[in-house]
Amino acid sequence: MIAFRIDRRSGVATYLQLVHQVRQALRLGALEPGDRLPTAREVVAAVAINPNTVLRAYRELEREGLVEPRPGQGTFVQRSLSRAAAGADSPLRAEAVVWVARARAAGLEREDVEALAEAVLDETFYVAPADRAATPAPAPGPTPSPERVVRRSPQSMEEDT
Amino acid sequence: MTDPTVPTALRATGLGRRFRSRWALRDCAFTVPAGKITALVGPNGAGKSTLFHLATGLLHPTTGELSVFGATPGSDEARARTAFLAQDKPLYPRFTVGDTLRFGRELNDDWDQAAAERIVRAGDIPFDTRIGTLSQGQATRVALAVAFGKRPELLLLDEPLADLDPLVRIEAMGLVMEEVAERGTTVVISSHILSELESVCDHVLLLKHGGVRLDGDVQRLCEDHVRFTGLADASTGDGLPAGLDRGTVVEATVTGRQLTAFVRGTAPTGDHWITETPSLEELLLAYLRSDDRPTEDTGRDGAAA
Repeated sequence: MIAFRIDRRSGVATYLQLVHQVRQALRLGALEPGDRLPTAREVVAAVAINPNTVLRAYRELEREGLVEPRPGQGTFVQRSLSRAAAGADSPLRAEAVVWVARARAAGLEREDVEALAEAVLDETFYVAPADRAATPAPAPGPTPSPERVVRRSPQSMEEDT
Repeated sequence: MTDPTVPTALRATGLGRRFRSRWALRDCAFTVPAGKITALVGPNGAGKSTLFHLATGLLHPTTGELSVFGATPGSDEARARTAFLAQDKPLYPRFTVGDTLRFGRELNDDWDQAAAERIVRAGDIPFDTRIGTLSQGQATRVALAVAFGKRPELLLLDEPLADLDPLVRIEAMGLVMEEVAERGTTVVISSHILSELESVCDHVLLLKHGGVRLDGDVQRLCEDHVRFTGLADASTGDGLPAGLDRGTVVEATVTGRQLTAFVRGTAPTGDHWITETPSLEELLLAYLRSDDRPTEDTGRDGAAA
């Protein structure tokens, strides 16, 4: 089981906060295949959010193949996200530690390092959202953060159903 | 919103209510979708409480009409389907909690005693406690128990969370959301705490000076608006880019050389603008702050989108 928490000031859509927390729990092994997620009713009683938001989050997780609804029983974890390569004693982590230390030695502040890492991550993992073509003229200005982009797509899909 | 596939809980046409010479509500047209949570927002005196009183039949409209699931407010049919929790949570202070629930049972044919008792018990409130000795949070819980015992299809909550400490607020809102999750109850909730509404409501109805200023699905409204920041245009008097339709501007401020504008529609083209989709709180604040220029009436029902 997992207990959700909601940060109302984060600017991240509430349903995405739930999705992130489930993914995080899957990565850390706090949730394993076969575990049941709390029901919408249990979640909203604890964190006082709209039940539709919980259902939207669970649908998103289902779409990603992470969970599976079983009628009359609840929503169950399908697969884990924990990866040995991202573990605490993995070589990748050791390399990251060295890299961060070098960045710091070069005089970068924490925020500089974060911005740099984020820029590289955005470049490496950038996927054009499927529904971008549907929105008239992409918003000018800097590339929207992934958060904002994701925030749009599932919602607009949902409204069409 | 005018989505024909969503059934309507409340429908107002030409609705107006006058108190002596003052119009509390004037010429209001809106619909509240069934099965959704609607936030009713507006400054004090905007007509929110008047609207609740009209929806429950405690007041009658001066002009136009308001219907509750197609019925006249205050009729037997409408009353059986509606529960209203007024701002001051009127309970009899000398009744015990048990008496209060019994009173609810006797006044309502379709009373769910088990549900009401469960809500009271979950708050560890003894049934023999007098209402007058309850804390604010406990009184809210009992009032919600009475409202839910009615098994309403439409729950009207007028500032239910005012005067409650933050923990009790989350607890009370959690109770309401639990009821919605279980029974798909339609909720209209008024509140000044905009940040709390954001994670709760599907739909928003913003009243100002007795009129409807904004009405629609929360996500759609947020996506229909954009806030952009950049260098003010020195060639125009107001600092806004020359090509921008001034009718779409909700709010614009120039600070030094910087322009921040909030518009309904899309941001001006060019890569020198920082644009953002607003949160519900930002959207409501912009509309609450903005002057009531007549051009902005297009804000209704997404007509300008």
